[in-house]
Amino acid sequence: MSEYVNMSVTGNSPEALNVQQKLSSALGLLGVSIMILSGFNIQFQPKIVWVSLALILVFAGIFWYSKASYGHATEGVKNDRVYFKSLTNRGFWAYILGLALTAFYIVLYFYPSWIGLSSDGKNTGVVALFDPLSKAISGNAASQWFVYGTLYTLAIVGFGIKFLWKYRHNRYQRLRTFSVMFFQLGFAFLIPELMSRLNGDDFSLPYYNFVNIWPLNYYNFEQYRVDQYISAGNVGIGLLIFGVLSILVITPILTYKYGKRWYCSWVCGCGGLAETAGDSFRHLSDNSQSAWKLERWLVHTVVVFVVIMTTAVVYSYLNTDKYWLSGTAFLISVASLLTTVFTWTMLYKREELQNDAKYGAIGFFVVILSLLGLHFSGLVDKVFLFEAETLRSTYGFVIGAIFSGVVGVGFYPIFGNRVWCRFGCPMAAILGFQQRLFSKFRITTNGGQCISCGNCTTYCEMGIDVRAYAQKGENIVRSSCVGCGICASVCPRGVLKLENDTPAGRINSKEILLGNDVDLMDLVNQNK
Amino acid sequence: MKQEHIVIIGNGISGVTLARHIRKLSKQRITLISSESEYFFSRTALMYVYMGHMKWNHLKPYEDGFWKKNRIDIKKAHVSVVDHKNKELQLESGEAFPYDKLVIACGSKSNKYGWPGQDSKGVLGLYSKQDLESLEIHAPNKEVCKRAVIVGGGLIGIELAEMLSTRNIPVTLLVREKHFWNNILPDEEAKLIDRHIREHHIDLRLETNLEEISADDTGKVKAIKIKETGEVLECDFVGLTPGVSPNIDFLKSSGIELNRGVLVNRNLETSVEDIYAIGDCAEQRHPIGNRPSIEAVWYTGRMMGETLAQTLCGKPREYKPGQWFNSAKFFDIEYQTYGWVFSQLKEGHADFYWEHTDGKKCIHIQYEIESRIFKGINTFGIRLRHEVFDRWLTQKATVDGVVKNLKLANFDPEFFKSYEKEIQNKFQHTLKTI
Repeated sequence: MSEYVNMSVTGNSPEALNVQQKLSSALGLLGVSIMILSGFNIQFQPKIVWVSLALILVFAGIFWYSKASYGHATEGVKNDRVYFKSLTNRGFWAYILGLALTAFYIVLYFYPSWIGLSSDGKNTGVVALFDPLSKAISGNAASQWFVYGTLYTLAIVGFGIKFLWKYRHNRYQRLRTFSVMFFQLGFAFLIPELMSRLNGDDFSLPYYNFVNIWPLNYYNFEQYRVDQYISAGNVGIGLLIFGVLSILVITPILTYKYGKRWYCSWVCGCGGLAETAGDSFRHLSDNSQSAWKLERWLVHTVVVFVVIMTTAVVYSYLNTDKYWLSGTAFLISVASLLTTVFTWTMLYKREELQNDAKYGAIGFFVVILSLLGLHFSGLVDKVFLFEAETLRSTYGFVIGAIFSGVVGVGFYPIFGNRVWCRFGCPMAAILGFQQRLFSKFRITTNGGQCISCGNCTTYCEMGIDVRAYAQKGENIVRSSCVGCGICASVCPRGVLKLENDTPAGRINSKEILLGNDVDLMDLVNQNK
Repeated sequence: MKQEHIVIIGNGISGVTLARHIRKLSKQRITLISSESEYFFSRTALMYVYMGHMKWNHLKPYEDGFWKKNRIDIKKAHVSVVDHKNKELQLESGEAFPYDKLVIACGSKSNKYGWPGQDSKGVLGLYSKQDLESLEIHAPNKEVCKRAVIVGGGLIGIELAEMLSTRNIPVTLLVREKHFWNNILPDEEAKLIDRHIREHHIDLRLETNLEEISADDTGKVKAIKIKETGEVLECDFVGLTPGVSPNIDFLKSSGIELNRGVLVNRNLETSVEDIYAIGDCAEQRHPIGNRPSIEAVWYTGRMMGETLAQTLCGKPREYKPGQWFNSAKFFDIEYQTYGWVFSQLKEGHADFYWEHTDGKKCIHIQYEIESRIFKGINTFGIRLRHEVFDRWLTQKATVDGVVKNLKLANFDPEFFKSYEKEIQNKFQHTLKTI
């Protein structure tokens, strides 16, 4: 159907993979097969040797593949033949990979026993293979999450190296990639595992990844975690306060200064995977107007959902009067915060909102306030009509597992690498809201130099039609932009630059572009 | 104002910019006629489809629904004759298509200089969607096309060389000048690009001309002969890229005054009332400043469209382009230019050249010796800000001021190494030695 018509004129690929690329892929797959075979309870002994071998083989395979792909080429944009390859053009191999990833996530989330997780501590299969590694780091037996965390980190570090090779001419890309590799390996993987070594009978911290901030980390304020924080004394309270400050203070300051990229493409683990392992699929993101519309509704609905869910969950345990903050006081603070943000936006930023954004904001706001009102009026006994637990488990299943995992990563080869970040991540939506309305960040368009070629739009992983702005000489100020900088990198005419500058003149819609008659530019651009 | 029917021949950047601006300013009926493609696409990006960076649909800057939404009619047809007496077009289909105002924005065609064998199969330029389709037939891979020869060392020639090399097809590039694009670029930059072309394993032949193209029994190209040496090169594809010229053969009988292009005055009006011409096919009766009378450049096409829209909506304006600028990319090296840098220094002008030790980045500035007024800059491998240079050119900044404030004009991505210090040091050093 349309996909077929849409093919490049013919697309005759000279060669799918060269010899070294084939050998290196085989090497990496050998590592993967050790893990798969262990899943069928083939006993590899000693485990520590085999798990290390499997991980090293995968890493070496990726490393060699990267060298074979980019090592001999001159520095520059490396997108030749992207649309001729089955894997990167939604061909046969793309679907195979998509199915494999999807299956992996389904097993991981819903059937961990299939890969050997055992509740009595005697793991089998893949999980058992990872036991010695887990014991070496955290002192505990492995869980399916340890296996996942290890493979996730391996993917970011391995494909991070591939990315570094591919973009070695670009220092912004290199630094950004070092950053996501560092935060994944250190903050998301090693530190939380090592921290759990501190846990004992009288001291126990929840598994805490500093850079996984609520609402991405939607479970951060659940009762069992809050109880653990409190019982762990000053360190625990400190972490709890850090968790609250992260979203309410630290994040807004950094986003004001640098845009949401400081998080989404420099720190975040989901972003980290998308930028490294997902880089080969970035051009598959849908950049149509209709996809943008869907994105706006969907992602903001998730924000509302996570706010309602978290509020309900927190209220349900605060309401027991066991904590210094009462449930009522908490509800009132949430309502006040939302009212403040809503009022500020409507008073000062009304002009910048599209109509559907206004309707959406008003709609969501009214719904939340009326639910709270209903509760205080005593007409309904449950806040938000549903049991907090129902909301929590529904969110965990639909958003936490299906959306961010199964769809978000499983569908990389079909819908691109940022499906979750774009359509589902409530953290990205909150940062994006701020980036759009209150930040110094923008992508500057270089006067009248754009030739409408479309590389920027094609390679935007967030599906932003960058060209639509650039060809009008307009800066790009979009809430979804994660600041990966690839548009600027693939632009053949030096038209785009990510930068932080004064908020004045950030949004600069123009009719006549630079280079034309100066009087005409003045006349038309002022008449607007 | 009564509603008029404005018909635009050609849906390239000039015609489309015009149509969009007319729609913003008025309710006139607009029809865009093209036989090349149904919807507007970015001609400058044709290469990326062949290289597999993009698909055809990515080349379209507007979604297909845009035209209907903005009430711009699209007509896929080929105009055979313009009949200005009856104010109608005769289409190849036999249909007569009336207009109130006609804008000719039909662009260019590839130059062919009468070489023997130039019409053989497998010999083509790279300008249109159809050229790209033929290229896929004649040079899909290195098995079908064992060697390609490109004739013409300009922007399209080097793009074609890059394209073919992504399919691993060996390429010989024949350049008439002493160095690549040397009629436009000063020697230093031209040599830098020579080196870069060779780094990409292109067989670059300088000061070399085509003698003839020979074909086999089926009429398909089989070899070319070089004029200077008589050498015969076997090949399966010949790219002719020695520039383009206005695509105006269909207007010969129209009574519209033509030269190489459609002659227009500063208001972009042709010799016939209610007929205008813009873009590549328009030829200014009197060249504007240093600009050639025919400007086959994306940007100027767009600017003419922006200007003519005002005229057609009751606010007549002259085409008064501002400061000259342009850009291109040669394999991995980006090029931008602001103001005028000539391949041969003009009388009373001096220049300043800096090149990075990696041999892939340079800037070249030309200025007036006496007044020290900055005239223009070529930059390779370093991005510069259009707005800043436009302002400096308009304010007639001195070369000293430009070099001193170069950092303000840097447009490279964040964290890139900057070279202003190095450039300034060399500039100071040059001043002392003079």
